[in-house]
Parts: sequence; C-alpha cells; structure tokens
Amino acid sequence: MRHVMKRKATTLMATAISALILSGCGGEQAATPVSGIEPKVYTDSLFAVMNADRTNYTKLIIGRLGPAGADSIKPHEYWEDLENGAPLPAQMFRYGAESVSEMTSEFSYSLQSLWPINGQNEPKTGLEKEGLQYIVDNPGENFYGEEKLGDVTYYTAVYPDVAVAAPCVACHNNHKDSPKTDFELGDVMGGVVIRVPM
Amino acid sequence: MGSKKHPSALWAIWLFGSVGLAIWLSLQLVDEDAAKTAFIPGPMPHGHHQIEMQCSVCHGPGFDSETVLQNACIDCHGEQLEDAQDSHPKSKFTDPRNADRLANVDARLCVSCHVEHRPELDVGLGVTLPMDMCGHCHEGIAEDRPSHEGMGLDTCANAGCHNFHDNRALYEDFLLAHSDEPWLKPPARQPPRNLLARQMKDDALLALMRGQGKAPEGTRTPEHWEGTAHAQAGVTCTACHGAAGEWVDSPQVLQCATCHKPESEGFLQGRHGMRLAQGLAPMTPSQSVLNMHVEASHRELTCISCHGAHDFDTQSAAVDSCIGCHNDEHSNEYLRSPHHDLWKKEKRGELPPGSGVTCASCHMPREEHRDDIFVQHNQSLTMRPVEKMVRPVCLQCHSLAFSLDALADPHLLENNFNGKPEHHVPSIDMAVDRDEARDKKIGPY
Repeated sequence: MRHVMKRKATTLMATAISALILSGCGGEQAATPVSGIEPKVYTDSLFAVMNADRTNYTKLIIGRLGPAGADSIKPHEYWEDLENGAPLPAQMFRYGAESVSEMTSEFSYSLQSLWPINGQNEPKTGLEKEGLQYIVDNPGENFYGEEKLGDVTYYTAVYPDVAVAAPCVACHNNHKDSPKTDFELGDVMGGVVIRVPM
Repeated sequence: MGSKKHPSALWAIWLFGSVGLAIWLSLQLVDEDAAKTAFIPGPMPHGHHQIEMQCSVCHGPGFDSETVLQNACIDCHGEQLEDAQDSHPKSKFTDPRNADRLANVDARLCVSCHVEHRPELDVGLGVTLPMDMCGHCHEGIAEDRPSHEGMGLDTCANAGCHNFHDNRALYEDFLLAHSDEPWLKPPARQPPRNLLARQMKDDALLALMRGQGKAPEGTRTPEHWEGTAHAQAGVTCTACHGAAGEWVDSPQVLQCATCHKPESEGFLQGRHGMRLAQGLAPMTPSQSVLNMHVEASHRELTCISCHGAHDFDTQSAAVDSCIGCHNDEHSNEYLRSPHHDLWKKEKRGELPPGSGVTCASCHMPREEHRDDIFVQHNQSLTMRPVEKMVRPVCLQCHSLAFSLDALADPHLLENNFNGKPEHHVPSIDMAVDRDEARDKKIGPY
C-alpha cells in the first residue's frame, strides 16, 4: 500500500513537473493552443510551387522555344537588349523573388550556388554555406535551420536546385564566368534558400 | 521701482514677439500660396531647387514618415529607373541576407545617398552622392576582376566605368558587342520623326485638330500661317483657341498637350517643365543655376517659348530657341563646333535630312518605341551621369569607344566636342582582354 501510494505520489509529482515544463511556466501562454502552419510545411509548400514554376519555365518555354527547340526566342542575361530576348530561368526566378518582396515580408527567397555565375549569388551567411554544402553532399535531402540576421531570427530552409533540362547544363558549363564546367543532368547545381521571420 | 518694471517690460516684449512669430509662422504654413522659406533647413541641390517651395511634393501633407518621402521619389523618378533597367533596385536590398550591408547604407531609401537641403554635397549631378558607396558591398572586386587591382573605390563611378543605376551602355556584353566600330559610322544620321504622321490616322486626333466653334468676326490669320506644319495638317484656330467651344485669346499653358501628349509628358518631367508639373508658375531663365542671357531672364518657359505661338518652326526650336536663353560656354561654343557645321549644311540642303547635329539632337533625342519615333522633350533625361547619353544620342553616329572617351573629356564638354578626346577610357579594352583570356566563351546562347 505504501508502495502504491508512493508510486501515486511520484506519478503526481512527475505529472505536475511535466505540466510545468510543457506550460513553460506561463499560465496564459499554455491556455492558448498552438495554431498555424508548421514552418517546415510552409517552406516545403512554397518550394513546391517555386520548383514547379521554375521547371516548367525551363522546359516549356526555354527548352521548347529557345535555340534547342523552335529557336524563336533568345534566352540571354541582357534579354531586354535583344529582339525576341527572353529572361534566363535564373533571372525569371529572381524576378519572382523581387516581385514577392514588393508584396510581402512574410517570407523571402533566393537562388544560390556554391558555383555561381554571378558572385552575388554565392552563399553568404553561415547557415547558407552549411545548407548549400549539405544538399550537395546529401542528394535528395533538404536542409533546415534557424539564424539571426540583423535583429530578426529566421527559419531558413535550403532546397536542392537540380539540373532538370539540357539548357541548364549547357549554359552553366559554357558560361565564361562559371566556376564549374562539368555539370551533368540531375546534378545539384545550387539551392533555393527560403526564409521566414520567426 | 524702476528695476522691477524693466524685467516685466522685457517679458511683455518677449511674449508679444513669440505670439506674433507663432501666428506668422502658422499663417505661412497653412497658406498654400505663401513661400515656405522660413521652414526650409537649407537650399536644394540644383536638381530640385526650382520646386523647393513646394514642400508637400516630397514630404506630403504631414512630414510624417520616410515612406512618404520614398514614395515621392519613386512617383517622379520610378519610371526612369525602370526604363534604365536599374542595376540596384530596392528589391536587391530587401533580402534578409543583406541585413549587414543595410546596417552601413540603407540602400532601400533614395535619401540614404541623395541628401536634400545640402547643396554643398552636390557632386555635380544635381544630387548629392557619397563617392565611396561602392566599397560597402564591392570591396573585394579585385579578386573577381584582377584588372581592377589598385583602383580606388571612389573611382568606380568615373565617366565611362560604372553607374549605380543606369549601366545600359556600360555592361560587359554591350562593351564587347561595340568593341570594333569606326569612330564615325556611315551614314551618321538621325532617324526621321514619324509619330505624329502615324497618329494622323486617328479620328479622335483629327476631331481635336478641327476644333470647336468659330473664331470671332475680324480675327486675323497670323502672318506666314499657311506655311506652317499646323496649317498644312488642317489644324484650325479653334483647335487651340476654342476651349469647349468658347473662344479664348490666350490658350492655357499646356494647351499643346491636347494633341502632343508624349512630348508634353517629357517636357513636364524635365527641368524646363518641372515647375508647371507641380502647379507652379512656369520656369524663367532667371531661376536657372546656369548662365543665361540677361535679356532672356524673365521669359516664361512653356511650349511656345521654344516653338512659337503660330510658326511652330522645329528648326528654330532645335537651336535658336536654346541659345536664345543659354549663355554658358558649352552652348556658345556650339556655333563654332563641327556639329553645327553639319547642321548648317543640312539646312542649306547640302546634306540629307538628319545629318545635322543640333542642340535638340543631343538633349532632346529621337526615341524609338516599337515603330514610333518621337522627340523626347525631357532634356534632363540624358544629362547626368553623362553615359546616359551614349545609347540614345552618341551611338547614332559614333562608336562606343569614341563616345565614352568624348563624354569623359571635360575639355570637349566645354568646347562642344570641337576636337578629339585627349584621354582614353579603358572599359572596352578591359572587357576584350577578359574575353580573350577566357577563350571567347559565349555560352550556347
């Protein structure tokens, strides 16, 4: 009996400690149920849309209408100066990120690489460097973490950007500013970095 | 006793003076027509000095946020920045990964670099500019570009090298594409204007040209009217003088905009029309920071100042109207320049149309939008930095290399390009060297 009582007392105490820990010592906060979408689900969903649009632009517009297809448009970095010029897939992606930044500060994203054609697109923060290296070393996996930039803490996710079509590989391997010239289809060429302020 | 009264009198004077000053300042503030000189912390650089009394143009009605100020900049200059394919748009700096850079210079805001009310900081562009700004982000440029080793970070924006916003004539591929051109291109001519001729098929425009109502009895036709472009196009008196069917002796200042919309829009965006655009009286040469002829000091700048009220002589508007007011060295030297010689020959019929180079050829260049060619009437648009003039103006006749060298030569700017450049800008050479060092790889596209 004493043993049972002792066990009950221990259980009660453990429950109380657990409740205290779970409540975070803040009664009011504990009363508010956690709601909203998980950051990982949020960034995964954003990436799904970005990746689908990026792949489709590369395959259906650049691949189909560019020099490798109907040759009716000229994909080029300085497309505005060319008749029938069209933005490169990486530029199209950046234009999207810039437009989003005009609309909301709830999230931001960028395309980066350990082998960038434009030096401004190499990873800069410690977490970016770690994440970009991780997705190269672990094909098929994503990278998630938190970092503080300025006064704000961010949930940062890094997703692999894979060479999905021949033009990706051809352009990067032949560009005079490309630090890496032996990409193959299916290689991780860089990563999409998505940030959500916490 | 006297010593007690004296302080009271001083207090009364102080109180009376303070209340009077407060009332006067309040009246100045609420009176829309009153000059706001007393509230201005300092004069404006010459880019904005004409409208410095219109505080609300930039500050809005309440002086209450930096957003209002930023929006005011973009309202007037946003379209130009977009057209210039701005190399450093705000979106480049809103990415959180640039938080450390923003801590040095908040490049999201125009006023971080272009400080108003401090004309002593103006670097000659009409705006202030920190000359070491590039170093905040591009300090290690020599690692990517060994050719830049040893170059000071305050020399990046030297003529012919780089601009913060507009690099359309300076980016590497453009330099390469224009690396092998003769200094004078054959044929060196401007394209003919065609916008109005194309619009003459527009029924709405033709109706405007016919006007409304009738001229009063006894109205005399201006001398030489029949030979003007307006008469030949079928424009009637009431097209300009008939406001909604009622005859007016003096049409409103912006009457021309009724038919000449793109030209008027450009005019209102430039130094000549910016006061009118803000609802102020037209600019007069006496308000200019440049040297002007004394006798022209009080002429008001509207469309008819240059084009005339009834003769609409574009040849006169292209040169005579300009030098009728402008009295600086560059303007005066034009009459002794090779460009002016070409203009004289064109006027005499010795050269084909478009061969002569007038003031307007360079400062009001002909712009092509799709198949429309019209005269850009914002004469400030391509003025500063000088490289903005390269593509719409200089390259019509000259090579890129010659253009960059000429625009970087202060002596040639003063003597109106009477001679060859004394110094060479190495931008194209550096691009070619880098290209050759990389086996001229141009990529699949």
